[in-house]
Amino acid sequence: MSSPEPAALEARYTWGGDEFLFVEVSESMSLAANFRVMSIAAKLSAMQLPGIVDVCPANASLLVRFDPDVLPPSTLEETIRTIEGDLTHHHDHSLETRIIEVPVWYEDPFTAEVAERFREGFHQEPGGSDIDYAAKVNHLKDAAEFIQRHHEQPWLVSMVGFVAGLPFLFQLVEREKQLEVPKYLSPRTDTPKLTVGHGGCFGCIYSVRGAGGYQMFGVAAAPIFDPAQSLADFKDFMVFFKPGDIVKFRPVTEAEYNNIQAEISAGTFRYRQVPVTFDLSQALADPEGYNQELMEALNGV
Amino acid sequence: MAFDIKNPGLATTVQDQGRTGHYNVGIPQSGSMDQYSAELGNALVGNTAKEAVLECTYLGPVLTTHQDAVVAVTGAPVDVRVNGETRPQWTRLQLKAGDELSFGVIRGGTRYYIAVQGGIDVPEVLGSRSTYSLGAIGGFQGRKLEAGDQVPVGAPLNAGALPDADTVPDEFRPAFAKEQAVRIVLGLYDHRLTDEGLDGLLHSEWKVTPVADRMGLRYSGPGVQWKEREQPFGAGSDPSNIVDAGYAVGSIQIPGGTQPIILHRDAVSGGGYAMVGTVISADMDLVARAAPGTSTRFVAISLDEALVARKELAELKRNARAAIGEGS
Repeated sequence: MSSPEPAALEARYTWGGDEFLFVEVSESMSLAANFRVMSIAAKLSAMQLPGIVDVCPANASLLVRFDPDVLPPSTLEETIRTIEGDLTHHHDHSLETRIIEVPVWYEDPFTAEVAERFREGFHQEPGGSDIDYAAKVNHLKDAAEFIQRHHEQPWLVSMVGFVAGLPFLFQLVEREKQLEVPKYLSPRTDTPKLTVGHGGCFGCIYSVRGAGGYQMFGVAAAPIFDPAQSLADFKDFMVFFKPGDIVKFRPVTEAEYNNIQAEISAGTFRYRQVPVTFDLSQALADPEGYNQELMEALNGV
Repeated sequence: MAFDIKNPGLATTVQDQGRTGHYNVGIPQSGSMDQYSAELGNALVGNTAKEAVLECTYLGPVLTTHQDAVVAVTGAPVDVRVNGETRPQWTRLQLKAGDELSFGVIRGGTRYYIAVQGGIDVPEVLGSRSTYSLGAIGGFQGRKLEAGDQVPVGAPLNAGALPDADTVPDEFRPAFAKEQAVRIVLGLYDHRLTDEGLDGLLHSEWKVTPVADRMGLRYSGPGVQWKEREQPFGAGSDPSNIVDAGYAVGSIQIPGGTQPIILHRDAVSGGGYAMVGTVISADMDLVARAAPGTSTRFVAISLDEALVARKELAELKRNARAAIGEGS
């Protein structure tokens, strides 16, 4: 992927009060910057330093919460600077992760109903649908072409957060092929649970019902946050996604969506997923060719 | 042992010291908004600081107790009533089985706390009993209380031992003033403000708006200016936008340069608005006590000064507990 700025420049360190250190790896989003953030976060977490409370990798920055009574701020900063320096000299650019197929009902009635309630004053084109608008601003022929572009190449979970278990997704394609759509003019007070949304260059899946400003294209068919941990995929943790996960959307019809709902009710639904090693250099050199390889891993599942 | 909730009040939730370690997947720390008040309530009834309490917002509940109970109400000033008779706040109260606890109208601040000997005994979720309503986890069934709920109370700790004093001395009771000076450490994206913008943030009077809850408090005032720039790839189009990043708890964002928002204990963990500074840990309880209309000034201090303030608050808590007869 042709990122104009390699994320090799030194990160910016700044304090969020006396309990947070913020490390901005890059002002702009790129796969390389996200990869670097994840590498720093992984190495810092592995050290299990006493006094580290939360390590939160985000799209192009890292937020660390610490207890300054246990870990002096200067020690934390030095530790992360050392990790950062080591990464610049040692290019280990692979990530052990997994690729997951996520069924989506595009142009579903749930998001359509909510969108209907937030048009005038909220949306750039109150007369049309979110997906028609997204197709237009990306100079695509129609909604069908936008949907095709949305699901034919996989996405990387570049951050989890906002609310519990919500993945931010960054599509693994060249920058000029990235889908970019402005957020709503003013945030909605309602968004259906599991809405597949998009704002700026990021996709997302809303884990819970609530406020939101991203454009709405469809609904994911299966849960991604399950506090009751009733489905097998949530046996270990109530949140499904982790930063570094790779997501392949699969469009489903209403009938398929309903079948999945029945499987969820019966407690038998499982995501199709398989472990993969994600290699940054290959992803940057030939995104679509490499994506093909990654997606083929799902065929055997 | 349990409390029967006859009337839930406006937003009564189970809270404790909070749930850290899961902010990386968007689960906020939660916990009592005014930790200091909750902790002293716990001290009065012989609990450790860790026991869960009921956090009452503006309008408290009406509840009855199944069995004899030892309670204390701390936090924002309010009339506490047992079977309709007024009882003192910041003071240990003995309830008999069947007694009804209710409240008058709040006279300042935002939240008060009902601590009970043994603590509120809901199951821990991810290491905490705190309620995170948006994610429907923790607390009483993941939500605020409703009429008809039976809220379980735990067995007394230390064979029911209670501290010597039954009241918190005046000098350890916080003020619930209509004016606040909130100390912040500038940073994060403060360099994106113009000089006038930064100056305006620190030298204007800001007022808490009614848009204030456990997630955050929104302030009105003169607004600030952001530097114009060509936005980086992936950030939104407004100069107050950044590539979505993690939000520090207590951080101040100013979407569109109009109204600053301080994120509090149920904060969203990240988003695309630039933050310009962060409320110091020692002043988070202060912010929690700010009712709509509270006049606020933001005072910039250094990280070292923030660490000193943190130690001072810890010492204040130790002294308060010692005055009640706890600790040594």
